[in-house]
Amino acid sequence: MSDPILKLEGVFTNIAQYHILQGVELTVPRGEVTMLLGRNGVGKTTTLRTIIGHWRAHQGSVMFDGQDITKLPTPAIARAGIGFVPEDMGIFADLTVEENMILAAVSGAIDDNRLQWLFTVFPALETFWKKDAGTLSGGQKQMLSIARAMIEERALYLIDEPTKGLAPAIITTMARAIKELKQQGASILLVEQNFAVAKALGDSANVMDDGRMAWSGQMAELTQDAELQERLMGLSMEAH
Amino acid sequence: MLKTLVSGDTPRSPILLAILIVILICLAFAPFLFPGVRSVDTAARICIFIVLVASYDLLLGYGGIVSFAHTMFFGLGAYGVALASTHMGRGFDALLVGSVAGAALAALLALVIGLFSLRVRAIFFAMITLAVASAVAVLVSQLSSLTGGEDGLSFKIPRALGPAFKFMDGELFGVKANGKLLKYYLVFISCFVLFLFMLRVVNSPFGRVLQAIRENDFRAEAIGYRVVHYRVAATCLSAAIAALAGALYAIWLRYVGPDTTLSMEIMIDILLMVVIGGMGTMYGAVIGATLFVLAQNYLQNVLSLAGESVANLPLLPDLLNADRWLLWLGVLFILSVYFFPTGIVGRLRGK
Amino acid sequence: MSAAPKHAPTMAQMSLAERLAPYAPILLVVGLVIAGFVAIPATSSWLTLTVSGLAMGMMIFIMASGLTLVFGLMDVINFGHGAFVSVGAFVGVSFLLLLEHMTGAPNLLWNLTALMVAIVGAMAATGLMGYAFERVIVKPVYGHHLKQILVTMGGLIVVEQLIIVLWGPEEIYITRPEALKGAITFAGAALEKYRLVAVAIGLVVFLAMRYTLRRTKIGLIVRAGVENGEMVQALGYNLRMVFIGVFVAGSALAGLGGVLWGLYQEVITAHMGNQTMILVFIVVIIGGLGSVEGCFIGALMVGLLQNYVAFLEPKAALISNIALMVAILMWRPMGMIPVVKAK
Repeated sequence: MSDPILKLEGVFTNIAQYHILQGVELTVPRGEVTMLLGRNGVGKTTTLRTIIGHWRAHQGSVMFDGQDITKLPTPAIARAGIGFVPEDMGIFADLTVEENMILAAVSGAIDDNRLQWLFTVFPALETFWKKDAGTLSGGQKQMLSIARAMIEERALYLIDEPTKGLAPAIITTMARAIKELKQQGASILLVEQNFAVAKALGDSANVMDDGRMAWSGQMAELTQDAELQERLMGLSMEAH
Repeated sequence: MLKTLVSGDTPRSPILLAILIVILICLAFAPFLFPGVRSVDTAARICIFIVLVASYDLLLGYGGIVSFAHTMFFGLGAYGVALASTHMGRGFDALLVGSVAGAALAALLALVIGLFSLRVRAIFFAMITLAVASAVAVLVSQLSSLTGGEDGLSFKIPRALGPAFKFMDGELFGVKANGKLLKYYLVFISCFVLFLFMLRVVNSPFGRVLQAIRENDFRAEAIGYRVVHYRVAATCLSAAIAALAGALYAIWLRYVGPDTTLSMEIMIDILLMVVIGGMGTMYGAVIGATLFVLAQNYLQNVLSLAGESVANLPLLPDLLNADRWLLWLGVLFILSVYFFPTGIVGRLRGK
Repeated sequence: MSAAPKHAPTMAQMSLAERLAPYAPILLVVGLVIAGFVAIPATSSWLTLTVSGLAMGMMIFIMASGLTLVFGLMDVINFGHGAFVSVGAFVGVSFLLLLEHMTGAPNLLWNLTALMVAIVGAMAATGLMGYAFERVIVKPVYGHHLKQILVTMGGLIVVEQLIIVLWGPEEIYITRPEALKGAITFAGAALEKYRLVAVAIGLVVFLAMRYTLRRTKIGLIVRAGVENGEMVQALGYNLRMVFIGVFVAGSALAGLGGVLWGLYQEVITAHMGNQTMILVFIVVIIGGLGSVEGCFIGALMVGLLQNYVAFLEPKAALISNIALMVAILMWRPMGMIPVVKAK
């Protein structure tokens, strides 16, 4: 296997006086879906936000595709080839679905072929194309958020809890979208609380605890070892 | 004993302590140390502006709220005294009624503005106070039958405070023992008491909560303090004290007008005094007001000398013109906010 | 089964009210014009006042739009915005005085050309000044409202004093270009020519701004940035550059407003900018801080109300705007068109 698309080494991130990340080590291999798992509040979202540059690592390094992006401004990190789907979806509610997508096409006009493909993945987008994004349902917003990240080809996608609070049917749509994205050759770093989804999508897995990486390995290894799951993530994961 | 007097909030810097003692002595004995009419007038102005600026510091430095209506509250007290004295006839009762009514009205108005704006967003307060204060200033100059308009109101104060009144024969340490002397001490003692009162307030539990809110309003709210209530209370208190300072100013001048109390220039002066002296320190008001009033009265001469010395150069004489001193104060003000947000007092305390 | 038909009309009424809610602000302007028509005895006076009100509203909008966008985009409140109005007026008037041979001639084309030159000059000067202001005064105090208010106020003091250094402390009286003096008569009402020009310029600015915000990518970035700047950055746009652009454009517009306001008052002073800020702040508060549409509607309301009330009861004019602000804030505490922040 070639060198990883993303590599975090000894990343420490503080928010105000709180030490959220305390030496995160993370490797995201090319062309795979890498899961980032763990209980609430262990630093998964902060890890993604540190990669995209919303928070700054005050120690350690973030390497993307052989380039040190630790200190790059957020727009430069995004343009280097990272798509970001935040936990709160980051939808522009005052803009229409169309305008959200136009904005997401950073390098110019929307590529029509890619848009047609997205319409087949998320038919709701075509239906509500001219509607204000604020009027969409939670699931539709999530689709828009992911479609927005997908409208231009990115080497790496950071996706934060895409199935949170969604109905099972929509979760299936999401999972299919992420699979298609992977088939196109993209690498994906996915934060997920739904263990079934993680099991279905994940190639490798990383489990965080208390601002550090508690365990890293193959997803299959984790799914087979119930005792390991319980130790790393508590019982709550199975309940999902 | 002394420590109790200042509510345990000592200057915490030997130089600051020395400066404050010098200022206190100079103000306490001003009529004897500097017997000229102009210098006693300057001393009275300093006393009043110390209270006015300190009451503003209560809001800005301790509450973290910017108001542009402080001159409006100042003016309410001043007009209160003037109107009461005009309509009730000269007398101490009129002074008392006018001051109390002015302070009560100021507090009420502050309550209304505070409830309206602070509830939503603290920056609304700055904008709304600017709009309301300007509207009131225009209104005061328009309602000339009541307020005297642009000319203002001259009024009579009790005879006991006038130069014709002699409370003892001859002179006291070489100064005429007349009502003017009594008037100075009325101003000085009132200001001294008001200042000590404010020191007490900022060092009370109430003051501590205000400072906690200034540092982090979300956390203060989370701990369980109703941020809006505390801010509105601080606004009302600050407004009432500003009105009392205004009342003293009107008594001292025996006159009130838009230029002496309500103008935007005075509002800017107050801002400059509090920032240069040191926000959130109370003593900063003493230093700021003293320096500023002295500079206003005396430094302009120095500046005009400097202007004359470069008279042949282009543009420089204009920049050093005595009337342009606000330009340099403005620059100083910006630099203070950037580099010495705790002002002179903060510097002296080594922060 | 009798409950259903009873229930249905209520539903219909609800949805009508709900459907009207977004248009409530613009309906308020219409309502105000109608109220003015009812309250003012002579139709001709009403027409004259309505045009003056619209002219005044347009000018306030031009001055206020930059302020509200700058706040919406970067949470920066610029109390020194009035400085750009003053500088714009002084630069514009200086150009007009230079071009006296053009403004003095009774030739509309020449007059308008001179006015355009003055406007372009003023906007260039204030735009440039806006750039410097952003870099020197505003940039060090991002994310700190208290310091922003203090520092930008300090900037205002300095700029006002510099105007006095450069142009002298006296107010400057100016006359309008020859062809823009006087009034035309329409339906028995005297409509000042200059005010019609001000309305036209205001409309052009509003429509151009609306087009930019709705139909161009940079406009989308600005609108999205007002809502969620962090996400705009994560998509790959450098919001800081966009912000500086908006700050410069807003300053240039304030300069334009200054030229128009100066010619409207026919006298300019160093403090005029800060005086207009009273109305500007009222407008951005009632419009909803950050909303350009709200700002436009608020400006029209303030302009119209001010003119109607000044006619009916002169002394109540300024107070009426305060009353309007209080009423609007009681109705919608965040202003007529509240800007929803994602964060």
